[in-house]
Amino acid sequence: MTEKLVIIGNGMAPGRMLEHLFEREPGKFDVTIFNAEPRVNYNRLMLSPVLSGEKSYEDIITHDDAWYASNGVTLHKSARISSIDRDAKTVTSENGITAPYDKLVIATGSNPFIIPLPGHDLEGVLTYRDLDDVDAMLTAAKTGGRAVVIGGGLLGLEAAAGLKMQGMDVTVLHLMPTLMERQLDDAAGYLLKRAFEERGIDVLTKANTKEILGKDGKVTAVHLDDGTEIDASIVVMAVGIRPSVEIAKQCGLEIGRGILVQDDMRTSDPDIFALGECVEHRGEVYGLVAPLYEMAERIAENLCGGDALYTGSVMATKLKVTGVDLYSAGDFADAEDREEIVLRDAKAGIYKRLVLKDNRIIGAVLYGETNDGPWFFDLLKKNTDISEMRETLIFGQAFQGGAPLDPMAAVAALPDDAEICGCNGICKSTITNAITGKNLTSLDDVRAHTKASSSCGTCTGLVEQLMSLTLGDKYNPAAIQPMCPCTDFGHDDVRRLIQVKGLKTIPEVMHELEWKTSCGCAKCRPALNYYLVCDWPDEYADDYQSRFINERVHANIQKDGTYSVVPRMWGGTTNSTELRAIADVVDKFNIPTVKVTGGQRIDMLGIQKEDLPAVWEDLGKAGFVSGHAYAKGLRTVKTCVGTDWCRFGTQDSTGLGVRIEKFMWGSWTPAKVKMAVSGCPRNCAEATCKDVGVICVDSGFEIHFAGAAGLDIKGTEVLGLVAAEDEALEHIVALVQMYREQGRYLERIYKWAKRIGYDEVRRQIMDDPSRRRHFYDRFVFSQKFAQVDPWSERVSGKDKHEFNPMATLGLEAAE
Amino acid sequence: MNAITGHWTRIGTISDIPVKGARCVKLGTKTIAVFRTVKDEVFALEDKCPHKNGPLSQGIVHDNCVTCPLHNWVISLSTGEAQGADEGAVRSFSIKLEGDDILIDIRSVSG
Repeated sequence: MTEKLVIIGNGMAPGRMLEHLFEREPGKFDVTIFNAEPRVNYNRLMLSPVLSGEKSYEDIITHDDAWYASNGVTLHKSARISSIDRDAKTVTSENGITAPYDKLVIATGSNPFIIPLPGHDLEGVLTYRDLDDVDAMLTAAKTGGRAVVIGGGLLGLEAAAGLKMQGMDVTVLHLMPTLMERQLDDAAGYLLKRAFEERGIDVLTKANTKEILGKDGKVTAVHLDDGTEIDASIVVMAVGIRPSVEIAKQCGLEIGRGILVQDDMRTSDPDIFALGECVEHRGEVYGLVAPLYEMAERIAENLCGGDALYTGSVMATKLKVTGVDLYSAGDFADAEDREEIVLRDAKAGIYKRLVLKDNRIIGAVLYGETNDGPWFFDLLKKNTDISEMRETLIFGQAFQGGAPLDPMAAVAALPDDAEICGCNGICKSTITNAITGKNLTSLDDVRAHTKASSSCGTCTGLVEQLMSLTLGDKYNPAAIQPMCPCTDFGHDDVRRLIQVKGLKTIPEVMHELEWKTSCGCAKCRPALNYYLVCDWPDEYADDYQSRFINERVHANIQKDGTYSVVPRMWGGTTNSTELRAIADVVDKFNIPTVKVTGGQRIDMLGIQKEDLPAVWEDLGKAGFVSGHAYAKGLRTVKTCVGTDWCRFGTQDSTGLGVRIEKFMWGSWTPAKVKMAVSGCPRNCAEATCKDVGVICVDSGFEIHFAGAAGLDIKGTEVLGLVAAEDEALEHIVALVQMYREQGRYLERIYKWAKRIGYDEVRRQIMDDPSRRRHFYDRFVFSQKFAQVDPWSERVSGKDKHEFNPMATLGLEAAE
Repeated sequence: MNAITGHWTRIGTISDIPVKGARCVKLGTKTIAVFRTVKDEVFALEDKCPHKNGPLSQGIVHDNCVTCPLHNWVISLSTGEAQGADEGAVRSFSIKLEGDDILIDIRSVSG
């Protein structure tokens, strides 16, 4: 019979344990998880980027609901365990769920320590531990004001930097004279303090908080014992964590600072393991992810009948604040039998400190330049005697053995068992073997197969260098390309910052993101204008001067400065009245060329700019609207005649094409969008090379996407099959909205979809109805503001200046 | 009064041109593009890109440059010279603001 495994807690450590378990013996256990948090397993190390707005919650999910389902795991969310009955071998949750176990793993993690100051229970006093805390901080940040962060350690500083990026004023209070005094000496602490002050964050050291003041139950200020009072709309306590042991204590397990375990990770009850931050092992309590992952692996093995032993870990950590490089590893407390080597360059903002004992590195702190961190850490873990290279040790790996090496050579020189990814304990050879053995070519492949760089991401550079070394020219690292020379931010960063900072005009974006030019350039301005139109459809006023000429005058500029005009013919259908009107316009305005386009439209070329409003007026009288043949937006939906006429037609392809076009015209997109609907798989509308295509079949509508037939030629990918026309429309609209929200300006659908993954598109559009519906609803909302015929607007006088000369001077004036 | 003061001819007021935009002034067969920058400075260039004669008046104006709508050459509004790796120049004309009025030096146009 399958044994029952119950896990209390759903953090990173038990998540990793389950991965090992399912790899080792899938199906051995019937697994039930109780999670006090109302969600799946996510990467807690990445909370700081979520707080700063550089990532979203979705980006940091480790196991989604589908993962639990496919592994047969029962996950109870929002179910905190209230008791363990060791005799009956059951656990019971606060919301009344009881589950029996054969083996139990307690992974309750830790609780933030709250200093019991007067006022600590006021509303607005927060901790920094899980996503709920981040959400609370983000909510508070929306109303602005000042955040006071108590605690100048890793977590406190990350919280301070994140809150500052969210637009709050921030003060950090630290009890000791310098920041991170356990890791840094006075001088390095000063460098760090200065780096934070340069970001506009106030840092008060030797600041002893006396009480937190409030009004109507809500925090208003912080009072220090020297009499200083600091206004505060929120207070974040980040002064440390304590293992969460209550539940273990209650059922009589042995407790020290944490839940006591032996080397086999069993508690005092052999059927109960403890894992993660709640554990005390050989007198140590761990708060970093690498040792927790080691424990997780041992437990997985022991659950399968093994006798793996955990013998403790040394740890390295990095401060995850963008732009501040700080790395520390091992033990750096002062003691008599220890020596130090320190390198300091205050002007360059560099500080390096190695703590030695018996000619071996036992601790390392690097500030400002952290590339040698893994090398020092490797020497530390291997207990290498460094006396031979002591003179030059502090200068790093590049200085050993004569000539300085380039960074690639330094990585090449690392031994095979050098640890590259500290979070996941992945060494160099594991990565290089996976690259060659499994033909991996992208960073995501390497992450998926080895886990390297998939947790905190700080080793990404090293992993990429390994890929370059192993693959040579075949590897093309995806460095972030700045949008244009006006900024260092890439498109994705800019899009996200527009949202998280609530930026609503182009000058505001340029100011907040520190553009290097006074008003951008022809690359960034149209992109920003699109992003703002897309994100704030009801609030943003289109910036006409940031549009390329074609979108400004709603026609296509030609090589001689004349324009071409393409009226909309819904689904490629027309009639005698329309054709007659076109013929009349061609005659009246002496239009030299009339051409049928690939998208089933009629194009009139060679029209003088001054004539455009009059041309549109005549076309408008015949019922035409703009065909948007010039737009980064919906261009055409090409159709075949379908069941109306064709003996092979399976559905009303013309009708669906017209319906899609009437629904979606006027919408702006990152790049042009061309669609087609074919009435049967003979595909006369050529739907399988379009941005979005539909192939009608007897059983419904096969939706395609990400085709191309221009610079690149590419057949579409299948999104999925739906039965009804209404569903087809909803899926297509949702897909386009997803692209509108995520695509980079000028990036066609096929490039966007390749970048984020076809499966990801299917997952969000086909498999997640509520997400699909939200995309659909947002598109419909934005259409309220977008579906205005630009031609009739201009016929009625809008932008009149555009079509007339400012002055016409007689030649005599010049003589 | 249609003021011709010396060789300066009034062609309109600054509000006739959108900020970061341009308007055209016709002079016989010649077209002059008159630009207004974000700082409300005005510049006048012949409306012909040195590359393939693209109408510069239709380009995107940024800082003191305009990007040609045909092939994205960037032209300095003050000198008419192509920026970056491209080589070439378009004629520029003397132009000034008097209050809100824009005046162009006819001599410099006809010469």
